[in-house]
Amino acid sequence: MLEAFKKTEVYKSIFRHGYQDTQRNRALQIVDNVFLHLHPVRVPRHATNIGYTWGMGGITFLLFIVLTITGVILMFYYRPTAQYAYEDMKYLMNDVPFGPLIRNMHRWAAHAMVLTVMLHMFRVFLTGSYKPPRQFNWVVGVILLVLTLLLSFSGYLLPWDQLAIWAVTVGTNMARATPLLGHEGPFGPELGMRIDNDVRFVLLGGTEVGPPTLLRFYVGHCIFLPLIAAIFMAVHFWRVRKDGGISGPETGKRTA
Amino acid sequence: MQHFIEILTKPDNIPITLLLVSCIFFTWLYWVKAKKNDSQEMPDEAKMDDKVQVWPYLVRVEFIATIAVMALLVVWSVFLDAPLEEPANRALTPNPSKAPWYFLGLQEMLVYFDPWIAGVVLPTLIIVGLMAIPYVDINPKGNGYYTYKERKFAVLTFCFGFLILWVSLIVLGTFMRGPGWNFFFPWEKWDPHYVAVLTNVDLSEYFGIPTRLPDNTINPVAFVFGAACVFGFYAIGPIYWYLKRNDEIMQKLGLLRYAIVSFLFLTMMGLVIKIILRLAPLMFGINPVKYVWVTPWFNI
Repeated sequence: MLEAFKKTEVYKSIFRHGYQDTQRNRALQIVDNVFLHLHPVRVPRHATNIGYTWGMGGITFLLFIVLTITGVILMFYYRPTAQYAYEDMKYLMNDVPFGPLIRNMHRWAAHAMVLTVMLHMFRVFLTGSYKPPRQFNWVVGVILLVLTLLLSFSGYLLPWDQLAIWAVTVGTNMARATPLLGHEGPFGPELGMRIDNDVRFVLLGGTEVGPPTLLRFYVGHCIFLPLIAAIFMAVHFWRVRKDGGISGPETGKRTA
Repeated sequence: MQHFIEILTKPDNIPITLLLVSCIFFTWLYWVKAKKNDSQEMPDEAKMDDKVQVWPYLVRVEFIATIAVMALLVVWSVFLDAPLEEPANRALTPNPSKAPWYFLGLQEMLVYFDPWIAGVVLPTLIIVGLMAIPYVDINPKGNGYYTYKERKFAVLTFCFGFLILWVSLIVLGTFMRGPGWNFFFPWEKWDPHYVAVLTNVDLSEYFGIPTRLPDNTINPVAFVFGAACVFGFYAIGPIYWYLKRNDEIMQKLGLLRYAIVSFLFLTMMGLVIKIILRLAPLMFGINPVKYVWVTPWFNI
């Protein structure tokens, strides 16, 4: 019956080729799949060696996907207002089925992603992979590192507990001291910066971390920053391919 | 010690332990691979340049890695709950108040610098400096394989910045900074009433030049002294250039690249000098240095 189904138009429209172990099918497996065609069909053998790549870039991407999925689930249970945010967290942790698991996965994956991004950068530096022709992709990678930190930082506020509000207070207090643009920074007051019009005020939507800050950080965390990060990730992956695939010694032949 | 283990095992501090362990492991791994490559004619990576098909040779690695990471994440999430403290309360400031762990290196820098440097200028320079790396490192060697011999300066500088300044200051800021951001050894209990008696002086005062005049305006002599220290320090860049200007490497590097590298490098070393100026005098019972240069607008 399975064999009969495999001959139908429906099956053939979904699966374009058979699964016999041939060179051709192995290649088609990659190029005919929207997710796998991120890869070239062939790579130099050292590119599959985890001792060379450490796998940190791929794990970072996996964690980003985990964060997107768990994050969307969390959004069903969370309202970004000072009145409800903390109550929603309590509800999530105590009454929602698998609520704690989803939240824990989101939190730990976020921490892990910061870690793996750093290690990915460390590896790329140590193998000199930022050298020509990959200079620009390193720059894109630094932007992604910053975006990862901003995503993590903006998410830190959302539980709206003591840990959240004070960590963000400490972090955003630095903005007071921005040269020229902060009201306590060098030349800030000289340029007319006050506590209610400087760069920190714009960031927080007020003179202190309050309800407007929560909404700002929520929108930034759930919509703006992931969108920007996704765009830069697309560029990052595309450039990996365009710059000749994973880095390797000059003697190695270039992958397409 | 009991107390230290409590801080060490706080769920939110697990990533820092992971960071420390993985940095040590990967630095060791790098060292082994670089030493091996440096001792042979051709790096290991070049010997593995035959092509393999992505399906199955790469996809299976990704698949196994995915399963391993997901399993680890689920176990981690089942056994450790993300923290949820008391509701946000602006009237109740916890002591110490700490930023998220990945910013604790910067928060630690607040001990040595004013917020405009530690919180704004340094992060900006870190980001810009990282982005500049591919454009100022013109050494064509070591592209796509592990090596130490062929790029000593680059590797040492990066490892110093990442491992010593970034990672170990995060560890210090998390595990050894207690109430009032006072330093506590692991075997000491964080005492919220502990008051460290610190009389900070400015660098010029070591030389008997008071920073301020009796009417509280800034002493012009101290101002000039401070400016001379800061500009004199950065002058190492141009002086070194002048001495080495005929070297082949300097010629290749060019003035602009050299200026960027020397500025960033000296700034990084400036952090270290400021940390030493703040900490070393304490060991000899001398007042530590607060500022090198005091001006009406900013202090360094």
